Amino acid sequence: MAANLDREQVKHVAELAKLSFTDAELDKFVPQLEAIVELFDQLEEVDTTGVAPMTTATDEVNVMREDVAVKSSDELRQALLDNAPETENGLIKVPAILDGSED
Amino acid sequence: MDFNQTDITQLHADLVAGKVTATELVEASLKRMDATEADVNAFVNRNDEAALKQAQALDAAGIKEDQLLAGIPLAVKDNILTQGLTTTASSKMLEHFTPVFDATVVEKLNQAGAINVGKTNLDEFAMGSSTETSYFGTTKNPWDLTRVPGGSSGGSAAAVAAGDVLGALGTDTGGSIRMPSAFNGVVGMKPTYGRVSRWGVIAFGSSFDQVGWITRTVKDNAILMSAISGQDDHDMTSSHQAVPDFAAGLDEASVKGLRIAVPKEYVSDAIDEDVREVIEAGLKHLESLGAIVDEVSLPHTKYGVPVYYILASSEASSNLQRFDGIRYGFRADDVKNLEDVYVKTRSEGFGEEVKRRIMLGTFSLSAGFYDAYFNKAAKVRRLIAQDFEKVFEDHDVIIGATGVSTAFKIGEDIDDPKKMYYNDILTVTANLAGVPAMSIPAGFSKKNGMPVGMQLIGKKYDEQTLYNTAYVFEQTTDAHNHHAKLGGDQ
Repeated sequence: MAANLDREQVKHVAELAKLSFTDAELDKFVPQLEAIVELFDQLEEVDTTGVAPMTTATDEVNVMREDVAVKSSDELRQALLDNAPETENGLIKVPAILDGSED
Repeated sequence: MDFNQTDITQLHADLVAGKVTATELVEASLKRMDATEADVNAFVNRNDEAALKQAQALDAAGIKEDQLLAGIPLAVKDNILTQGLTTTASSKMLEHFTPVFDATVVEKLNQAGAINVGKTNLDEFAMGSSTETSYFGTTKNPWDLTRVPGGSSGGSAAAVAAGDVLGALGTDTGGSIRMPSAFNGVVGMKPTYGRVSRWGVIAFGSSFDQVGWITRTVKDNAILMSAISGQDDHDMTSSHQAVPDFAAGLDEASVKGLRIAVPKEYVSDAIDEDVREVIEAGLKHLESLGAIVDEVSLPHTKYGVPVYYILASSEASSNLQRFDGIRYGFRADDVKNLEDVYVKTRSEGFGEEVKRRIMLGTFSLSAGFYDAYFNKAAKVRRLIAQDFEKVFEDHDVIIGATGVSTAFKIGEDIDDPKKMYYNDILTVTANLAGVPAMSIPAGFSKKNGMPVGMQLIGKKYDEQTLYNTAYVFEQTTDAHNHHAKLGGDQ
C-alpha cells in the first residue's frame, strides 16, 4: 500500500491540506512520509474482524444544553478583533475571493 | 528560597504563619529563572509584572488556612490559554496571539490564588518528543545542557527540574507529560481522559489530549491534580466522576498486597539496558515492600506507535484547519486571493513537523485510504484498550519504563521522524485507551548519569492508586533527592 504514497500522491494530499511545498522540500518529505506510511502498513497484520472502531475514550454520552445566545461586551469584541491580521470598521478584512483583484 | 528543598504544604504553612510572603516566593521564582534561563530556555514568555502584582495583592489581603494554593508560583505550558497573556503553542502561527479568555484549568488556578510566573516552551502545537520543533528554540535538559528535555511539555519539566517552580501544567497526547518528566527526573501525571477539562487548551488530538501536572514531589502533584479536575460545561468529554482529594490519604498509603503487572513488552530489549536496570531494581524494591509482581503481556503494544500516529495526526489535521490566516494568528504577505491566504499562511506559519503530521492525517483520512488507515487504526485502538482491561481484571497497576532511553542528545533524532516517533512506544498506549499514567523518578543511568523514569499505569479514574504507589516509592527511595546543578549551584 505504501507504493501509493509517491510524489504525485504527496502533492495531492498537500492540496487537500492547503499546504504547498517546494521541490527541495518534497525531496526531503516524500521519502520520510513513505517510511512512516510503511510503518502504518504494519497494522495490516492485525486481525480486526468484528472489532468496532474506537474513536474516543470518553464515558460521557449525549451531553446536551440549551442553545442560548449570550451577548459579549464591547471590550471582548475589541480584544477578538485585535487578534485579527487585518480589520476595518470593526470587521475582519480578507482579500477578495476571486483572483487578481486587490480589494 | 530553594524550591528543591520545600513543597506546597510547607510553603503554605509558612505563608499562613507569615514566615514568608507571596511576593518573596514569586521573587525567588523569577530570580531562579534569571539564573537558569540563559542555559535552559524553559520559558517562551515570562509573566513577571502580573505575577508580582498578584502576589502583592494576596499579601495585602492575607493568606488563610483554607487557601492551599494561594501565593504558590507555578508555570503554564504555552498551549494553554491565558487571558491577556500571549499564548503561542510555540508556533510562528500564534506568535502574537493574545487569548480573550482563560482555559478552565487556568481559571481554577486563578480562583485558588495560584500565581502563573510564565508560559513554558513546547514542541510546536505539542507535536514532538524533544521541544526541538519549537519556533522559539530548543529547551535544554537541566541535567545536561547538550541533551533534550523530552517533549512536548519539555519546558514545563525543565522549569521544575531547574528549580524555577514547584509545578508546571503540561498536556499529554501521546506521552508529552510523562516523557519529559522521565528525562528530567521529576513527577508527571497524565490523568484519565475526561478527568480534566480541555476547554481553552489548543487542540491537537482531541480524543487523546489531557492536561496534567509536572512537579518535584508526588504529593504536590496530587494536590494540584485535585485542584484542576472535574466536569466542565465547556468540555462535553469532561467526566462527571467525583474528584477525590488525591493527597489526603497519601501518608497512610501502602503497597502491601498491591498487584503489579509488568508487561514483558515494557522491559524488553527494545529498551536500553541502563533504563531496564533501574526499572528492575525499582520493581524489586516494591516487591520488598510487600507488592506482588507478575509478568503479563500487552500484546498489541508494538502497534501503538502506528495507531497513534494515524489517529492523532488525523485529529490534528482537522483541528489545525482553523489556522487559515483569517480571524487570528499569522497571515502571509503578498497574497492575491483567498486560496492564497490559506495556502501561503499555512505553509509559512507551520513548522516542518506540524506540516508532516497534517500531511499524515490528511492522507489517512482521504478518499481511498480512510478504511485502510484511519478506520483500521481505530479498530486496533480498541484492541489496545482491551489489552489493558484484561490485565486490570486481576491487577491494580501496570509498571514499566516511561521511555526506551534516557534523554537523547539535541539533534540526534530530529531528522529521522520514524525514529523520533518510536521514542513514544511506551507512552502512547495509555492515551489510546484513555487510562491514567504517570512517570516518577526511579534512579539514574549507570551509563550517562541521566534520570530514569518509571511509568505507572492505572485503571480509568483510579489516579489514586498511582499516587499511593508513587508516594510510597518516593518516600522509601532516594532518586528524588538529587537535583540538576545550574546557575552556580554547588
